[in-house]
Amino acid sequence: MYNRKIRGPLIEGDKTFSQISKEILAPMETTPGLWWYITFGISSIAALFGFYAIYITVSQGIGTWGVNNSVGWGWEIVNFVWWIGIGHAGTAFSIFLLIMRQRWRTSINRAAEAMTVIAVMLAALFPALHMGRVWLAFYIFPYPNTRGPLWVNFNSPLFWDFVAITAYLLISFSFWYLGMLPDFATIRDRTKSKIKKAIYGFFGMGWTGSSQHWIRFESLSFVLGGIAAVLVVSVHSIVSTDFAVGIEPGWHTTLFPPYFVVGAIFSGFAMVMTLMVIVRKIYKLTDYITDNHMDAIARILVFISLIMGTAYSTEVFIAWYSGNEYEMFTFFRNRITGDYTFQFWGMIVCNALIPQLFWFRKVRRSWVGLLVVSLFINLGMWFERFNIVVTSLSKDFLPSNWVSYNPTYIEIGVYVGTLGLFAAGVLLFFRYIPIIAVSEVKSVAHIGNKKED
Amino acid sequence: MMKKYWKSVEEFQGITAGDDRNNEDKYKNELLELFKKDFLSKNSSRRDFLKVFGFSLSSAALIASCKRPVQKAIPYVIHPPEITPGKALFYATSYYDGHEYSGILVKTRDGRPIKIEGNILSSFNGEGTTARVQASVLSLYDDARLKFPTSDNSPASWNTIDEQITNDLAKINSAEGEIVLLTSTVISPSTIKLINEFGARFRNFRWVQYDAISYSAVLEANLMCFGKAVIPDYHFHNAGFVVSVNADFLGAWVSPVHFIQKYVSRRIPDNKEKNMLRHIHFESGLSLTGSNADKRIRIKPSEERLILTELYNRIAAKTGEEEFPGVAGRTDLAEIADNLLASKGKSIVLSGTNDVEIQIIVNGINTLLGNYTDCIDLNRNLNIAAGIDSRTEELVADLNSGKVKALFMYNVNPVYDYPDSEKFLSGLKKTELTVNMTGSLNETVGKAKYECPVHHFLESWDDAEIIPGQLSLSQPCINPLFNTRSFQDSLLKWSGSSISWHDYMMTNWEKEYFPKAKMSGFQNFWDRSLGNGVFSYNISDSKPAIFNKEGLIRAMNSREKTGTDGFEVILNESVTLGTGMHANNPWLMELPDPVSRHCWDNIAAVSPADALKLGIQTGHLIKLADGLILPAFIQPGQAEGTVSVALGYGHTNSGPVANKVGVNVYTFIRIIGGNRVYGFITNELENTLKQSQLALTQVHHSMEGRPIVRETVLSKYRNNPASGNELHEEYESKHRTLYPEVNYDGFHWGLAIDLNLCVGCNSCVIACQAENNIPVVGREEVKRRRIMHWMKIDRYYSDTPDDPKVYFQPLTCQHCDNAPCENVCPVSATNHSSEGLNQMSYNRCIGTKYCINNCPYKVRRFNWYRYTNNKAFDFNAASDLGKMVLNPDVTVRERGVVEKCSFCVQRIQEKKLQAKLENRTLKDNEIKTACMQACPSGAIIFGNLKDRSSKVSGLFENPRRYHLLEELHTLPSIGYLTKVWNDEESKS
Repeated sequence: MYNRKIRGPLIEGDKTFSQISKEILAPMETTPGLWWYITFGISSIAALFGFYAIYITVSQGIGTWGVNNSVGWGWEIVNFVWWIGIGHAGTAFSIFLLIMRQRWRTSINRAAEAMTVIAVMLAALFPALHMGRVWLAFYIFPYPNTRGPLWVNFNSPLFWDFVAITAYLLISFSFWYLGMLPDFATIRDRTKSKIKKAIYGFFGMGWTGSSQHWIRFESLSFVLGGIAAVLVVSVHSIVSTDFAVGIEPGWHTTLFPPYFVVGAIFSGFAMVMTLMVIVRKIYKLTDYITDNHMDAIARILVFISLIMGTAYSTEVFIAWYSGNEYEMFTFFRNRITGDYTFQFWGMIVCNALIPQLFWFRKVRRSWVGLLVVSLFINLGMWFERFNIVVTSLSKDFLPSNWVSYNPTYIEIGVYVGTLGLFAAGVLLFFRYIPIIAVSEVKSVAHIGNKKED
Repeated sequence: MMKKYWKSVEEFQGITAGDDRNNEDKYKNELLELFKKDFLSKNSSRRDFLKVFGFSLSSAALIASCKRPVQKAIPYVIHPPEITPGKALFYATSYYDGHEYSGILVKTRDGRPIKIEGNILSSFNGEGTTARVQASVLSLYDDARLKFPTSDNSPASWNTIDEQITNDLAKINSAEGEIVLLTSTVISPSTIKLINEFGARFRNFRWVQYDAISYSAVLEANLMCFGKAVIPDYHFHNAGFVVSVNADFLGAWVSPVHFIQKYVSRRIPDNKEKNMLRHIHFESGLSLTGSNADKRIRIKPSEERLILTELYNRIAAKTGEEEFPGVAGRTDLAEIADNLLASKGKSIVLSGTNDVEIQIIVNGINTLLGNYTDCIDLNRNLNIAAGIDSRTEELVADLNSGKVKALFMYNVNPVYDYPDSEKFLSGLKKTELTVNMTGSLNETVGKAKYECPVHHFLESWDDAEIIPGQLSLSQPCINPLFNTRSFQDSLLKWSGSSISWHDYMMTNWEKEYFPKAKMSGFQNFWDRSLGNGVFSYNISDSKPAIFNKEGLIRAMNSREKTGTDGFEVILNESVTLGTGMHANNPWLMELPDPVSRHCWDNIAAVSPADALKLGIQTGHLIKLADGLILPAFIQPGQAEGTVSVALGYGHTNSGPVANKVGVNVYTFIRIIGGNRVYGFITNELENTLKQSQLALTQVHHSMEGRPIVRETVLSKYRNNPASGNELHEEYESKHRTLYPEVNYDGFHWGLAIDLNLCVGCNSCVIACQAENNIPVVGREEVKRRRIMHWMKIDRYYSDTPDDPKVYFQPLTCQHCDNAPCENVCPVSATNHSSEGLNQMSYNRCIGTKYCINNCPYKVRRFNWYRYTNNKAFDFNAASDLGKMVLNPDVTVRERGVVEKCSFCVQRIQEKKLQAKLENRTLKDNEIKTACMQACPSGAIIFGNLKDRSSKVSGLFENPRRYHLLEELHTLPSIGYLTKVWNDEESKS
């Protein structure tokens, strides 16, 4: 079934179980290097800047941003969609590869899931912040209340959005956390510190590794996985309805749900790649996260990139084919040419062209190549969201309302802050939670290794 | 023993156990039991602890966090009988600021004037008002008003000041020193009488009237030609053909509110009896009038004289009159001359240039055409401006020579708007007794020895005779807010009279006008006049004007050098700020200029061709002359070689809003031939290449071929009234929906906007702002495109940038029946009423801005900051005084909520309630939105679309009707009517 000669071993180096535990848990059991403190410091500063920007936004008002009477949504929604997209990686990784019985996922899914949880939490920050009266955000919760009762507008995509994101956050968090139970137990058993023992013991929820535990664990994974699989598709489909239900040229299109889902997986995988390229080097986990793994992600990316290219051209084609002058203007005179040419072509080049480099094995096998291309994809996906949100709004139906939009440092600050929080979150995750699912890796440790032949 | 009452048998029998209704009380009591005396002695359980803990915590939180600002409401001690809290009272009065006049109604709530409407009984302006009149109510609550009299810039009591002035006057008079009264144009007959009586007390008295924007040449020319120093009234409604030169009579010249009504009444294409007026306009900068003209011809100011001379000669040639030397080079003038002759006696030629000779030539042309019978009225003239330039010059010279001993100034600001203000100031210093009487802080305040602040016009008695025989009264609508005194009371005091100005005026009316009214009892007459606000009597028609050709011969033969190589700079009156005396009014300061759509600055409008040649871009600071550096603005339609700059900006001491905004260009006015010339010639424009960002409210000017403003020309319209509007039928035929269409029973409110009548004056914008408590956001926020106006007038250009056609389109919430904003709000804060209104519940809004994005018209506004009580937005809403203008019927919106046009729902509800109380149905036209009521041209009509007989329904039946972006199937409740040009050559 598994052809070692073609695909090589899943885990390099034919390791014993204890060796695996030791190597993977090493970052937690040893003090991190100076680089960790420096990066953590920088991310914290960025996060502090973000908190300052948030403080100004909440205390003074949305006026501190660059949005205006015509462009009601700016960077904050761009970033919201961007983070949500990144937040697709973990679940997509775990679920789709789980369903497709791609066992190599085991080395990466934990980190990807952690990333998901952090990214989705950061994403959820933006819709809250962009509310004019964030202190009344609870109006969006549908619950019997004393205000009438006044119910939410079930027709509004923003409400669907709220439901989808909340559900997604809950499920991906549960999936991630419950998947870690055996590992927490392992740490609990290995550690000598009493405090750590208590903490990990608490989070390990009394895991003993009995067969019954394992049976329940497996079935729970499948149940949660089943739910999450639907969510991966639905969340970004629903996010896309924020735009697709709108009447604005460039928004009002039926292509959006699949286009957004694919785009989200694209950006999520790219972010996973960015992180993994760095992590496996720093933590010397190349045996676990092998070149083959990176190669596989790169292949997925080049495939999705083709889908993205198709989506972009479909969008442009339909704008032309519809003969709708507003659509035509938005695409041909405000994106392909016009004020937002840079963002449009940035998107095309970063998302549709640069990833084509992954056709070359050399690029797929070079860590620099992987890093650079994945960073370009991250950037390109940001451009894509900018294109959708800002260009459509800036020049829509009535030319008297046309404006240009420039972000202020407060808006940029919030974004920088989320980047800082993300980095800090990921760094803490490396420090206190096993990067790789130890128990799962153990189950695949021997696949493709000589022993099995 | 007490009698026992019982409500059930159980209660009577004392059975209460198991009664659920008492449970609630039981729990309450349980909680209270905790605090009984023996509480401490009892052993408390964990439950008790938690209860006390919870109770104290929640009460502490309640007490600590829910502190509300204390607001004091002071009740009446003696309740005035006419005031019902919550009910508005309207007082008829007149607006006159020395420059502009309107008969008005003032809406007061609880004794506060809060809104101004036109007085429908006033034949001068009817219900129409201008933006400045609408905004004047805010000036009442201006912190920059003068609050007490001063002597040598220190507060003094009226008694001391009166005593000193009376003594000084007596001293000067005994020495036969000259006493001068310098006022703005006075149109009050009683005041004129008073001034004459005041002057007669002195041996050497002179009264000089001075206007910041001078119409001296018109007055002098008419004096020379017809023996009457008047500004005639122009009856545009009688004219079929109008040629205007440099006169922005729809925007600023003489009295736009008066002219707009007459003008648009002849712009209706359906009028069977009278042809639609054709209007040709010559000008340099693009004005509101030029924008509305069927044909606009760009000229340099120096060419005006040649053109008018040639026009005269061409008409004279055809009528067999004497021709004068002149170059006949323009073929377009031949056509215009033919057209004028074709509508002989039914045409108007007018010029706005302050040059006597030009005005004489214009008079000559009108005489040749016989226009003085029907179209130009010298008998029922407009008493708008009476200032003669040479008299002001004389006065300033006399001040400097020390000839004048006492100078009284009333409602003038010469330190700001007199061209040589230095000279005026030095003259002022040489004068023994100087008294300034003005209402609000300005540059002249503080320069005179005595400041005797006058009332705001809403606090004072006055009368006005705007047209001979058409009188109006002013009455106080509020007690004087500050220690001020009317100008007339001061004069009476200083004349030693003990009579009050009110009594003086009443006596005058009893003597002068009561006999003309043929009524019994003066009190009846007075009450009726005061109630109506207006009174008119017939004046005997004096004989037709005889033209004195002498002046014309002289004017035609005096050949000045014309044509220059340099740039000709035109200094024009701003449509929004007027002369600049209201510059401290934040509503007006933030009102975008109707054509350039900028505010909070004055700009140098350069032509696109010159801009290309000189590499000037909008926002570049350019130097026009020494001390005159202004941001450039590329103005389509600006004549090549000319630059237009608005007057009225660059104040230094007029209050926080006005100060340091723009540059004062009054100082660049030259005096040529005894007249003030509003312009100068500069040799080169120097581009400093420095950038400044302008507060522009619209930056894209083309409709991009979209059917936004639909237009046609008259000939096509006659063949097919739906011409230019063919798309409407097409879209209507495609009208499909999956859903059952909403059926409104009762009311379905709708608004029709006739684009052919709208001249773009922006009056509706300020009316809306005043009615709906719309905040002012300031220059920086306007730059960020966050102006809050619910209603705005979009301006588009077509054709070439050099010679554009201009379109105005009032835009506000379209109240779509299929509103894209409504279904996207996650909390249903915006929804549709059963009467077709798209409504906003501010309390529910959480500010996601989704509705703003999804509104294809982008008419929703967001409260980006807290605009009230916020020192960062230090306009009227940040001061206690300024907040008195707020309309109590309209919520002041909080930071973070979305707001927009409500179709003045407060007015709808008020009238509905009134009809209900009177047990009748609503009449058509009973409810008027603020924009509709303020519109001087009647372009906006509101009403019930369900009522087939209503005016708005009629307009919706009109084949010219279409909806904005109707292809989106938003089903707007606002219908637009196509624009019809009376022009055959248009490319449309």
